[in-house]
Amino acid sequence: MINKTAAEMADSLAKGETSSVELTQAHLDRVAAVDGQVKAFLHVDSEGALAQAKEVDARRAKGEKLSPIAGIPLALKDVLAQKGVPTTAGSKILQGWLPPYDSTVVSKLKSAGVVIMGKTNMDEFAMGSSTENSGYGPTFNPWDLTRTPGGSSGGSAAAVASFESPLAIGSDTGGSIRQPAALTGIVGVRPTYGAVSRFGLIAYSSSLDQAGPFGRTVLDTALLHEVMAGHDPKDATSINAPVPAVVAAAKSGDVKGMKIGVIKQLQGEGYQKGVQTRFDESLQVLADLGAEIVEVDCPSFEYALAAYYLIAPSECSSNLARFDAMRYGLRTGDVDGASAEAVMSATRNAGFGREVKRRIILGTYALSSGYYDAYYGSAQKIRTLIIQDYAKAFAQAEVLVSPTAPTTAYKIGEKVDDPMAMYLGDVATIPVNLAGICGMSLPAGLADEDNLPVGFQIMAPAMQDQRLYQAGAALEAALLSKWGAPILTKAPELKGAK
Amino acid sequence: MALPTYDEVVAKWDPVLGLEVHVELNTNSKMFCSCATEFGAAPNTQTCPVCLALPGALPVVNEKAIESTILIGLALNCKIAPYSRFARKNYFYPDMPKNFQISQYDEPICFDGYVDVEIETEEGPKQFRIEIERVHMEEDTGKSLHVGGATGRIHGADYSLLDYNRAGIPLVEIVTKIVPGTGKYAPEVAKAYVAELRDILRGLKVSDVKMEQGSLRCDANVSLKPIGSDVLGTRSETKNVNSLRSVERAIRGEMIRHAELLNDGKKVKQETRHFQEDTGLTRSGRSKEQAEDYRYFPDPDLVPVTPAAAWIEELRATLPERPSLRRKRLKEEWSVPDKEMAAMINADVLDIVEATVLLGADPTKARTWWLGEISRIANEKELPIAELSITPAHVAELVELVAKGELTDKLARQVVEGVVAGEGTPSEVVAKRGIKVVNDDGALMAAIEKVCAEQAETAEKVRGGHLPAAGALIGAVMKETKGQADAARVRELLLGHLGVN
Repeated sequence: MINKTAAEMADSLAKGETSSVELTQAHLDRVAAVDGQVKAFLHVDSEGALAQAKEVDARRAKGEKLSPIAGIPLALKDVLAQKGVPTTAGSKILQGWLPPYDSTVVSKLKSAGVVIMGKTNMDEFAMGSSTENSGYGPTFNPWDLTRTPGGSSGGSAAAVASFESPLAIGSDTGGSIRQPAALTGIVGVRPTYGAVSRFGLIAYSSSLDQAGPFGRTVLDTALLHEVMAGHDPKDATSINAPVPAVVAAAKSGDVKGMKIGVIKQLQGEGYQKGVQTRFDESLQVLADLGAEIVEVDCPSFEYALAAYYLIAPSECSSNLARFDAMRYGLRTGDVDGASAEAVMSATRNAGFGREVKRRIILGTYALSSGYYDAYYGSAQKIRTLIIQDYAKAFAQAEVLVSPTAPTTAYKIGEKVDDPMAMYLGDVATIPVNLAGICGMSLPAGLADEDNLPVGFQIMAPAMQDQRLYQAGAALEAALLSKWGAPILTKAPELKGAK
Repeated sequence: MALPTYDEVVAKWDPVLGLEVHVELNTNSKMFCSCATEFGAAPNTQTCPVCLALPGALPVVNEKAIESTILIGLALNCKIAPYSRFARKNYFYPDMPKNFQISQYDEPICFDGYVDVEIETEEGPKQFRIEIERVHMEEDTGKSLHVGGATGRIHGADYSLLDYNRAGIPLVEIVTKIVPGTGKYAPEVAKAYVAELRDILRGLKVSDVKMEQGSLRCDANVSLKPIGSDVLGTRSETKNVNSLRSVERAIRGEMIRHAELLNDGKKVKQETRHFQEDTGLTRSGRSKEQAEDYRYFPDPDLVPVTPAAAWIEELRATLPERPSLRRKRLKEEWSVPDKEMAAMINADVLDIVEATVLLGADPTKARTWWLGEISRIANEKELPIAELSITPAHVAELVELVAKGELTDKLARQVVEGVVAGEGTPSEVVAKRGIKVVNDDGALMAAIEKVCAEQAETAEKVRGGHLPAAGALIGAVMKETKGQADAARVRELLLGHLGVN
């Protein structure tokens, strides 16, 4: 049952072949069996999940009209507040915090009857690309337990890839959905900035953060996308427009006559051979399906990484100031006579990990008087140039494509002491965030040299998210018929699995 | 050296002012969330994830606060920016939940305005123009109560209590350009400016403008330069100035303090000072020599404020009459002497008197009632006059009853008492209490004869032309008729009876 797609599970539920309680229990059993090795979850809410499942079953029995994914289990990145359920953003500083409110995404999931199984591991405050920066230890890639599943939404991606959950939610500030999707052989979408409410999403970088869906197929991902997106008056940056028809696009899956632009700057040198090969093959598949492939030039992308590592740390240095031991979360150093300042300092020193501190310091520096124009100001100008590059490129093509990440999954520990090497892994995903547009990663096969998944990235203009699904579904279908079976069937069996 | 006198100070030094006024708007909800804003609620009862800065919570701008700010800008003759942004002012302090304050930095919503104020001088009324640099929006912080320690400040306290009810209340900051050329009148000009601002804001109905509750707060910047010099001196910034009188005292005190230092060849330190209500002096606060770096940057959680030109014009059309012009107009229309006008302004009864006059009452009578008897009752009850149950309509009715001769002034005071006690309208009180003027000359004559017989000696004096003695007789007659007689009529009849005219 757990090996099906979410769409198939939904179908079984609708036909009464199974119940949400059975489905949820099966997934909880899977979690119990394999999560000791994968460590996708920080918190499993068995009780809450089964209660939700029971409620959906009851509503279904009464003949209520339910959402297409009502009763389907889901894994939630620990960056989203869920009332009464531990929410840490992967940080020790929030250990034990129980939110008194639901994020808008969680409210939408609940009203759609989606069963939230628990909270998944992540790089602390979403800062990282390997989940190794979690305050609670890393998550392991189900394809090879010595490797990282990517990050920062590594727990969510690993949960879906290991069949612990058919669906998951992540957040993507510089590639944190697309890159782990690529490294674990699943589908992940970063919706247009403002398409999904950020209310209740613990902020890393407010102008770049966006929650989005993970699934094992393009259609599953679209089903979740449609449920979680939509205007929210509680988020001033939320777009007040109808949700693009992503499910319909995923079902039609057609690229005949579609102009697809290959970004010159995001390929070739610096990309692993097997990654480039699978990417080129996929392009050929799209061409064979009737797409017109053109090359586009985005010269400013060269500066994207630098701009990102000024803007995101700047915003985070301010966003994370609220973790001060005064109202919630960790408090240390509160001994007799300690001043408020000393307690704040001791708590932040104990509660934040190295990468978070690094970015807070970087951002504090970049915003300092006298440096602002040179750093934050220049980064914002680069952002404008990147937006202009995309505008020109989208005048030539309906969607743009690139490999999602330059490499396949790397070994745990391989890059932890070399932040620059880690940051370079985001080179292809970051421009999307800086421009506020949408992007998808879907599996393009396995790299010959290491038999690990390769991600294919599709990008579309703001609020044209349906184009991702239309192109993605077409490529997915063609590759599936070429491979004969979904890519995850090639992943090794995990120990303890039935 | 001895402390210089104020006259010695202004003979040598020329003060330059700069005033920053913070106004709490009276919106029903906070600046960035829907929490209530009522003053005086139990601590931390008006809070939510947004104003407590819980992880994940986001601000959304209160449209009403933007409208109020634009109204203020328009009333202060400012330009309204077609595009402005909120910025984060970053610093750590426990009463600020996010550890940054959402404010406006280099893109304020209103800028380049002015206010004209008039003060009385030895040479007659004199007008000063105070130029406005900017009017911007921000959110208030919570309140800290530092317990233990000598200073009541966070350093040295045993522990601190935090109330976040005020966190996120919309604040408008009104900043003047530097105000030169006020000379010896600097303290009065500053006071007049804050008073004028208060009246303008009250007229706009955008704030309670209660300095004692902190809904209007003034920071006064003062520096001195030698008379004739173009070089500005070092300024001090005095906070905690919580009444109009304190504005004047604080500036006067700072001018003297600066002059003393400068006369001694010492330097004025650029710093924040706290005004002490009891001594009228200021105490050194945080030093500003090392400017704090607030790392301002545009708040990425909020979208720019882009008011439509048509909306701004709509708001401009709703602006009420400027308070200073209105006062001038009413003074003329009612022919009020200066002193009485000032008394009405001080007692804050101008609106209520105007309302009474608009209902047909004679301006002098209306003013006398509100300023006299009714103000007295309000003081006695320690209530604002507006909270008494007597209304302009009641007073207008009362004035009419007196004019028609149905009540004497003395009886009317009893009626006021009844209205304030909630016994109904003046007519109802008259009916219920059975109050009526004794108009029966026969009854009055009987009383007069009785009194004249009892006080024959006094009556004889009056008869002999000693008129002041009549007062005692009239008083006795009034007493005899339980105050219900018209004193003027009693006098007339009495004098007739005793054969004097």
